[in-house]
Amino acid sequence: MLAEILQSLPQVLVDGIALGAIYAVIALGYTMVYGILELINFAHGEIFMTGAFIGVAMLILMTGMGWLAAMPAVLALILVLVVTSILTGFMGVGIERMAYRPLRNSPKLITLISAIGVSFLLQDLVRFITEYKRGNYILTGPSMFNEKFSIKFSSISSSFSDAFFKTSTLILIVAVVIMMVGLDFFVNKTKWGMAMRAVAQDRETASLMSINVNKVISLTFFIGSALGGATGVLFAVQYGTIDPYIGFILGLKAFTAAVLGGIGNIRGAMAGGLMLGILEMFAAANLQLLTGGIFGAEYKDVFAFAILIIVLIFKPEGLFGKAVTEKV
Amino acid sequence: MSILQLKDVNTFYGGIHALKGISISVEKGEIVTLIGSNGAGKSTTLKTISGQVLPKTGSVFYEGKDISKQPAHLTAQTGIAHVPEGRRIFPKLTVKENLEMGAFVVKDKKVIKERMEQVFNYFPRLKERLSQKGGTMSGGEQQMLAMGRALMSKPRLLLLDEPSMGLAPVIVEQIFDIISDLNKEGMTILLVEQNAFQALQIAHRGYVLQTGEIVMAGHGQELITNESVREAYLA
Repeated sequence: MLAEILQSLPQVLVDGIALGAIYAVIALGYTMVYGILELINFAHGEIFMTGAFIGVAMLILMTGMGWLAAMPAVLALILVLVVTSILTGFMGVGIERMAYRPLRNSPKLITLISAIGVSFLLQDLVRFITEYKRGNYILTGPSMFNEKFSIKFSSISSSFSDAFFKTSTLILIVAVVIMMVGLDFFVNKTKWGMAMRAVAQDRETASLMSINVNKVISLTFFIGSALGGATGVLFAVQYGTIDPYIGFILGLKAFTAAVLGGIGNIRGAMAGGLMLGILEMFAAANLQLLTGGIFGAEYKDVFAFAILIIVLIFKPEGLFGKAVTEKV
Repeated sequence: MSILQLKDVNTFYGGIHALKGISISVEKGEIVTLIGSNGAGKSTTLKTISGQVLPKTGSVFYEGKDISKQPAHLTAQTGIAHVPEGRRIFPKLTVKENLEMGAFVVKDKKVIKERMEQVFNYFPRLKERLSQKGGTMSGGEQQMLAMGRALMSKPRLLLLDEPSMGLAPVIVEQIFDIISDLNKEGMTILLVEQNAFQALQIAHRGYVLQTGEIVMAGHGQELITNESVREAYLA
C-alpha cells in the first residue's frame, strides 16, 4: 500500500500545490478582511467566481474579435488578469461601502447575514447575465496553455511515477507566488501596509494618527477582491469550465484554509491554503486505497474538513496562530 | 486668542448625556488639567476635542477654527495629538513602526528621522528598544512610546489622558517631569488625571469635572488648597 501511495505522490503534490495555491489566495481575502473588521466576508467566494466569469467573458470576446490569435497568449492573459482584478477590486470596495459600512456598528451577526445576502445576489446576477447572453449559465472558456509537461520523478527513484502538468498549472503557480510575495511586501514594508496593520490592531487609535480608517478599509477590500478576481481567472484557465456556484464551495474551503492558518494571519492563510490543497489531493488519490475501498475519492472534502475539525479542537487559534504574530 | 476653546459642548454616548454644557479654554503655552472621578466625562472631553466622538451641540474652536464636526484623522493633521487612555500603542508593531505611525502624514523620510531623534531626547529608552514589539514593553515604556508617538506629529496641542494610570510611583514622577519639560519648551498641554494632586502641581490652571459638568475652575495652587477639592480628590 505504501508503495502505491509513494508512486502517486509526485502527481498528488503537483495537483495539490495548484489547487492549494488557489485556496491560498482566496484565503488571503478572507483573512485580510477578518483581520481588519472581524467580519467573515462570505461574499468573497462570489467575487472569485465573478472574476472567473469576467475573465472568461473577456477571453471569449477577444477570441471573437481575433485578438487572441493576434497576440501572444501570455500577454492576453496578463491583460485579462489586470482588467479583471481592477474590476473585482472596485466591486469589493462597492460591496463594503453599500452592504457593510452602514452596519459597521451593529452586531457582527447582522453584517454576516448581509454578507450572505450579497453572496446570493452575486450568484444570481452572474447566472442571469450569463444565461441571458449565452442561453446557458455554464461557461467554457477558450482552451489555452494546454501543452502537457512531465517531471521525471521516476528518474530520481523508481518508487515514484512521473508527474504531469499543463502550462496553465505553471502559470497559475507563478502568478500566485507573485501575488503572495507582492502582498507580503506591501503589508510589511510599505507605509499603507503599516497603516493596514495599525487599523487591524486598533482602529480608534489609528484614526488619531491621521489615518483615514475608511480609506484603509476600502483599500483592504480592493486588494483582497482584486486578488480574488485574478485567482478566478486563473482557476477558469486551469480547469476550463465554470458556473456561478463555484464560489460557494471553493470559498468555504478557502475560508477553512484561513482558519487552519489562524484567521487574521496573512502568512498563515498562505500556508493553510497550500496544506488544504495538498491534503485534499492526497485524499482524492489515496482514500480508496487507505480504507480498503469503503470510501472513494468523492470523500476528499470530508477528509479535508475532518482535518480542520481536528486542528481546531487541539489548536483553536489555528496552526500559525502563535508562530507568526503579525496580523492584518 | 485661546488655542483651544470649548463652548457649551454637549456630547452623548447613545442615550447617555456624557458632557452637559462644558465650556473650557486653554491658552497657548499652558498646562491645563481636568480632574474628577471616574465617569465624570474627562476622557469624553478629550475625545470630543480630537473628533473621536462628535458633540451634539456646542462648538470646539482650535486656533479660532470650529473643529467640532471634524473627524479624528483630520483633526490629528491640524496639530492636535491625543494620547489616549490606556496608552493604546500598536502591540504588534515595533517601537520604530509605532513612532512612524505618529508621523503618518509626513512624506519626507529625513523629517521623520529628525523628529525621532527629538523624541529620543525626551525618551532615550525608546532608542534602545526600536526593533522590539510595542506590546512586549512595560507599562512605563508603553506610556513613553505613546507620548513619543504623539510628539512625532509635531503637535501644537497635546492631549494626555491619564498618563500615570497603572504606573509605579517612580515612573509617574518621570512622566510628570517630562510633561513639565515639554511645556517649558513651549508645548501646550491639556492633561486629564485621576492623580489630581500631581496634576495640579504642574498645571497652570485646572477644571474640576463632576458627572459631565464643570463644577470648579481655578489656578493649580488655588485648587490644591481648596477645601472641597481636597476633600473629594486629594484625600
